[in-house]
Amino acid sequence: MTDSHITPQAFAGGLPRSGEPHIELVNLTKSFGPKHVLKGVNLKIYQGEIVYIIGKSGSGKSVTLKNITSLLRPDAGSVFIDGKNVHELEDAELNTLRKRMGVLFQMAALFDSMSVFENVAFSLRRFTKHSPAEIKDIVVDKLAMVGLKDVENLRPSSLSGGMQKRVGLARAIALDPEIVLYDEPTTGVDPILGAAVDDLIKTLNAKTGVTSVVISHDMNSVFRTAHRVAMLYDGEFRLIGTPDDFKKSDDPVIRQFVEGKAKGPIPIV
Amino acid sequence: MINLFNKIGQSILDLLEVLGAFSIFAGHTFKYIFVPPFDATNLLYQMREIGVKSIPVGVVSSFFVGMVMALQLGGPMEQQIQGISTFMGGGISLAMVRELAPVLTAVLLAGRVGSSIAAEVGTMKVTEQIDALSTLATNPIHYLSVPRFLAALTCIPMITVMAIVVGVFGGALISNLSLDIPYNLYFDSAKTLVRSTDLISGVGKTFFFGAEISLVACFSGFRARGGAEGVGQATIQAVVYSFMLIIISDYFITYIFQIFGL
Repeated sequence: MTDSHITPQAFAGGLPRSGEPHIELVNLTKSFGPKHVLKGVNLKIYQGEIVYIIGKSGSGKSVTLKNITSLLRPDAGSVFIDGKNVHELEDAELNTLRKRMGVLFQMAALFDSMSVFENVAFSLRRFTKHSPAEIKDIVVDKLAMVGLKDVENLRPSSLSGGMQKRVGLARAIALDPEIVLYDEPTTGVDPILGAAVDDLIKTLNAKTGVTSVVISHDMNSVFRTAHRVAMLYDGEFRLIGTPDDFKKSDDPVIRQFVEGKAKGPIPIV
Repeated sequence: MINLFNKIGQSILDLLEVLGAFSIFAGHTFKYIFVPPFDATNLLYQMREIGVKSIPVGVVSSFFVGMVMALQLGGPMEQQIQGISTFMGGGISLAMVRELAPVLTAVLLAGRVGSSIAAEVGTMKVTEQIDALSTLATNPIHYLSVPRFLAALTCIPMITVMAIVVGVFGGALISNLSLDIPYNLYFDSAKTLVRSTDLISGVGKTFFFGAEISLVACFSGFRARGGAEGVGQATIQAVVYSFMLIIISDYFITYIFQIFGL
């Protein structure tokens, strides 16, 4: 399914600032050996949108995200950000683009040889001319945004999984990116913290107009936060629409996933 | 029979693939040495980890190698030709300078440093920390491989020089205590037999060993797959291949040096 029928006005919540897509997946195709993970998917994501990509484990959600960040190269098709094909950029251009993106990894991927402060300050030290005092203020501010205080000197290994994830998010937003990609931000965190992460995604979006792409299978989070949702199934987007479209869908695949039922057309294995 | 040929063919293809990937990896590491930003803090940290922390291992081992050489050679040589042990200082020093200290230091550091680098980089690979570096607009080879390469390249020769000095003194101590060879005789013999070209040859080859250890270890780490098992495999590969590369390249480097009169 393509989303050519989706207009910027089709999603609930904040309106886009431009009619042109901020991120566009065109016929994106990726296989690993005999397994066809993505079979030519298309998706347009507009500036200021919060788009959730959902699907069962192994459906290709993280692969999609890694193609957007150019960590993986597609077998066919393209990813455009602001009209530029990310897989055709030179190293310097790609790095310039990546400075405008923040990525929260599924397991946080904090640098375990560094303290929390050094993790969050990593990009600020390398790419900005802020003084050490300014960097300290920014780090404390970003950590406060994700609900953390007085953890700057701790090592990632001494933090809980939820705290690591929040530090990962603070690191992802350290440079005030225009695009934030979240890989399962609420997986492994308690429901209260999950709701707080959702609030943070919405607050960031409202305050800064950041474009957010969220990989998740947490339907509560999806219904609370998403402007639009795209569900990957069998290598293709089964439905791209608003959370209401998903609630109202009669498609048995969508119904099974949304309602979290073991029995249905989606095989468990 | 066809299966056998298939397996041999596949093994050759796999080996060529690894060699090609290693060459590209080494090429990128050389290239990024000259690309800013130049991260002096990271380099100094690696020099401490790879160099300073390896000094005790290299120096203590070398001291005992010098002592055991004196023990092993002194008695039998004296039994064969009386007075020959007065050349003990020259013999031990020459062996330490040209071969023992460089190879011993390289092998010890391949174990200590190579395993540590491969395990650290491998863990970063399987926990997506290397992907995180990329998304933070930082080339992982530039950030991880270059400082480790430069640290190994500069520190291993320095530790080798220390190992030579300490090994020669170890030999002097036992020569004096066990064989009653006066220290001045021992060191006179060393000065007579060891030339500056021996030192250039011995220490010169450790630059290659340092490069081999760091590149093989980083490369193994970058290719780690899966979880803890993948990191373990990467660590084993780093140590085993470094050992082999050091021994094999030692012959060829020595051969080439001899062509140039070293």
